[in-house]
Parts: sequence; C-alpha cells; structure tokens
Amino acid sequence: MSAQFTSETIRHPESKEQKSLQPFITLSDFNAWYGDFQALHNLNLEIPGQRVTAFIGPSGCGKSTLLKWINRMNDVVPTARASGGLRLPDVDILSRSTDVVSLRRRIGIVFQKPNPFPKSIYDNVAFGPRLHFAGMNKNDLDELVEWALKKAALWNEVKDRLNQSALGLSGGQQQRLCIARAIAVGPEILLMDEPCSALDPASTARVEDLIAELRGQYTIVIVTHNMHQAARCSDRTAFFFEGKIIEEGSTEQLFIRPAKQQTEDYVSGKFG
Amino acid sequence: MPALSTDFLTNPPGPDPIDAGIGPALQGSVWVCAVCALVCLPLGIGTAIFLQEFQPRNIWLRRLSALLQLNINNLAGVPSIVYGILGLTAFSMMFGLFGSEADPLAETGATYRRQFITEEGSEIVFVPVASRDEVLELTQGMDAIDGNGNPIKLNIIGPDDDFPDDDETLARSILSDAEGGILKDYRWYYFRLPFGKGVFAASLTLMLVILPVIIISTQEALRAVPPSLKRAAEGLGCTPWQVVRHVSLPAAIPGIMTGAILAMSRAIGEAAPILMIGVAVYIARGPAHLMDKFSILPIQIYYWAQQPIDSDASLNFQHIAAGGIIVLLIILFAFNSIAVLIRQLAQKRLT
Repeated sequence: MSAQFTSETIRHPESKEQKSLQPFITLSDFNAWYGDFQALHNLNLEIPGQRVTAFIGPSGCGKSTLLKWINRMNDVVPTARASGGLRLPDVDILSRSTDVVSLRRRIGIVFQKPNPFPKSIYDNVAFGPRLHFAGMNKNDLDELVEWALKKAALWNEVKDRLNQSALGLSGGQQQRLCIARAIAVGPEILLMDEPCSALDPASTARVEDLIAELRGQYTIVIVTHNMHQAARCSDRTAFFFEGKIIEEGSTEQLFIRPAKQQTEDYVSGKFG
Repeated sequence: MPALSTDFLTNPPGPDPIDAGIGPALQGSVWVCAVCALVCLPLGIGTAIFLQEFQPRNIWLRRLSALLQLNINNLAGVPSIVYGILGLTAFSMMFGLFGSEADPLAETGATYRRQFITEEGSEIVFVPVASRDEVLELTQGMDAIDGNGNPIKLNIIGPDDDFPDDDETLARSILSDAEGGILKDYRWYYFRLPFGKGVFAASLTLMLVILPVIIISTQEALRAVPPSLKRAAEGLGCTPWQVVRHVSLPAAIPGIMTGAILAMSRAIGEAAPILMIGVAVYIARGPAHLMDKFSILPIQIYYWAQQPIDSDASLNFQHIAAGGIIVLLIILFAFNSIAVLIRQLAQKRLT
C-alpha cells in the first residue's frame, strides 16, 4: 500500500463508465528495436478512447519509444524497427501502406520542450490548417485559430498580441501554444511526451488543468516522470520497466492498490 | 589614382594605357557570374537539401550518400585550375561529341545571310538564308537587303544576259554564278552544342569551382535548424517536402544566402579555370549572348600586369592594372558586406 496516494489525489477515480470504454489504440505483442537493442518487449495494452492514459516508469524504460511509434515519429530514426500489432480501430499503424502524413494528422504530438516555430503566435497555430486545409478563407482561419487557442486556455493571454513572435511567450505559454497548434489540425489522439518537464510548477498546473479539460474530447496519452502528475491527470496508467509493461490498470488501482511489488516500490519512490 | 574614372569603367582595352578601360571585362565578369549563379544556386541548394533532408533508409543508398558527401567535401579543396581543364574538355569541347565551335551539331537563335558585292563594284547586298549549308538559288527579282538595311529586288545577270547600263540597276545586280560569303547574326538567346569558348562554358566551369562551396554551406545552414522544429512539423502531419519548404528552408535561408554570396565573390575573383577555357583580352565590347566570347576582370588585370614597362610614359599598363584591382576589390567588398548585412538582419528577425 502506497501511503502518499489516497483517493483524493486521484482526480479521475475508477468508475463503472470507465470499465466499459472501447479500446482506441490496441497493442498486441508489440516489440521495438533500435538496431540490435530491443527497447520494447511483447507489449499488450489497450488504450481507451476519450480518456487520459499515463505511461510512467524510470528513464530509458521505453515509454517515449512507444509514444513515438504510435504516430510513427520513429520513422526518422534509421535503425528503429518494430513488430507486432499496433492498431487504431481502422488503421494498422505499423503497416507500410499506412499514409504516415494522414496518420499524424489524426495523432497530434506535444514534445518535452516547447518548440514553437520562430513565427508569430497566429502563424504557429495556423501552420497546420494552412497546409492541410488549402484554400481556407481568412475568416475561417481566424475562427479556427481562436478556437484552438481557447481550447488550449491561451486565448485570453495572447489575444492582443497574436502577431508577435511566439518565442516571446513564457515556457508554459509556449507549451500551451504547442498544444493549440496540435489541436488546430483536428486530431483524435494527443500524444504528450513529458509535456511539463521543462516547466515551472505554476505552468505545470495550467497544462494539467488543460489536460483535464481536453479529457473526454481527445484520446490523450501522456508520458511522465512525475507520478503525482500521472495520478492527477490520468484515468489509466501503465507502469513500464526495462521495456516491459509491469502493470497496467486504472490509475486509482495502480497507485493505491498496486498488484505488483515492483509497481509499489516505484510509485512509493523506492527506486526510479 | 589617375586611372580610375568613369571612362575607365566603360572603355574597351586598347594599345594605349591612357584610353584603355575595363568595360568589356567588367561586363564579361557580370555575365559570367550571373549565369553561374543562375545555374549554380538551384543546383547547389537542391543538392544540399536532397543530401541533408532526404536521407535514404536503405543501407546501400546510405553508403552511396555518404560517398557522395565525402566527394563533395574533397572537391571543395581541389585547385581551381584542375576544374579549368575539366571545363575545357567537358563544356567547351564537349569531348568532341557535338562537332566543333565552327561547325556545331545543333544551334538555335542564329540567322544566316549571304553577302554579295554587286556588279556596280562597291555596293553590298545581303540575302537571308535558312542555314549555313543552304544552296542559294539566285532567281530574277528575288528579295534582298542593301547595305543600309533597305529591302531591294535583285537583278540576276545570266551567262547570256547583257549588263544593264544604268548605275542604279547595276547596284542591285549580281552574276547568276556568284557565290556570296556566309554571315551569321546572333540573337541574345543564341545557343549551340558544343558550347565553345563562350560565357556559358566559362560559367559552367566556375560552377564546378563553387558548387561544393555552396552545397557545404547550405548543408551547414540546414543542419543548424533545430531538429525540434522539424519534429514539430512532422508531428503536425507535414510531408518531408513541406517540412523543408515551410520549416527548414525559411530558418536556413540567411545561412544559405550568406554562403551563396561568399561563393559568388569567390567566383568573380577566380582567374585560373577561365584561363584554361581561353578568353580574349583585346575585345571591344561585352558579351551579347551566352556563347559569345568574353573577357573577365581578373584576366584583364593579369594581362595588363604582364605588359612591359615603358619608363618614359606617364601611365603604364601596370597603373591601370592596379585600377582594375581596386574595382575588383570594391565589388568583393560589396558582396561581403551584403552577406554580413543579411546575416545581421536575419539574426534580428529571429530574436
């Protein structure tokens, strides 16, 4: 029993509703390699739709690797390869014939460090829509940018300076801008790779609030080192260790009643 | 500096250093550099983008790519005179595969005319023909152009005909067996295979010299683009080309421009490869078309510097050579200033 986590720290306790969730991303016997090094071993996991799933585990346990496979960001790594099943309901993600470009429009990603383009705030959010929805008129684009920025809880802070450089924003604002940029192309899934690790506590809280607001509309997968963050944000949690999923289940169960000793040691801070 | 004046910038070179100028050489340098830039920039930047941003996954293609990279890096250090010999063979003569400069295999943008001297004795008339080899059938009353460019009708005197009496008719009369010399007029877009010793061959030769420089500097500029920006664009569903077009290139443009301008400033000062192609040093006018003969500043300067010194003269060729060097330095200084300016503007824009 882990003393630091009580039902109060878990924001989204297990409910009946959660048990009946349909899987949206399905992994079956998923393996991944970098060259000869096997980074992930025989993963079997169902990630539910419209909910927040957290991947926790010590550094180098493969959780970011899995995240990068979900939208095929690993394609740029020449030595990376994978086998097994990794599917959306209608798409085999690993298949050679899968159109990576349209896949990535459905699966947005937010990175560890905020990486806005060296353009204006407006142009950052409009970047994706301009490429994907060619011929969109100015008014529609304005509305879309406003919508995305409101969704990312950034609109009130930047509405008067949309044409200023995005690099002038604070780290937390930049990260929310990156989320707005990802939302603007209309994805179904948002992958977040340690989105708060480069942010101060106040900015972290804003981003976590944002994740709570987006819950129910997007399927969110968040990789985090911070177990409290996983407890606060997620519906389900998977604990990774050395490329394997040690335990997976509802956040409440995993943090309060972990089934495995290793999980308990990790969430109670004995290692990692 | 007695030699530097506007006349010096426009006059043709001549036997007398007082009147001699760098006009044709300056024009030639501008032509050669401009054509070189037009060919070299798209090719160099394109190659760099391909090598840097579109790396193959296949192991053998990756090795080929690495080999190409090694070669490009090495080529940047090859002495330029070596490129001169290559340019002479490959571009000027095209390995002799396409005839010679005097008898080219293919050409476009040229018009031919035959030139006759009339039986009056001093008038010259021209008859346009389709090609160099066309056999001209002289017929009575055929169209021609006189020496002043006015259209006239020719009067052909056959073997059995009498000579006309009046001078006016005589001035447009030629014998039916007359053979006119061939003249060639060039349009500005005149083009032929082989290229011969003209502006275009020289530009391509200079291209060999600066292409590795442009490729390497463009690659450096692309490498300096933060990978996180590319990942961000890929994560938004950009195709590889969209990532290059909308993220990498805009961020790398200042670096690419700087590299390109510095490469061009090397091209404008390069003499050795052009020397191998063979340029004219006594030339009255700048080039008029891509295949035209030309001179360039560094070679004009070199030629003047070689001239014997006449100790009695107030102005020697060496003096005007020094003037030419100053003009060349001013051009180089301008190029480099532009490069610095672009870099500073870009830095200001990014922060």
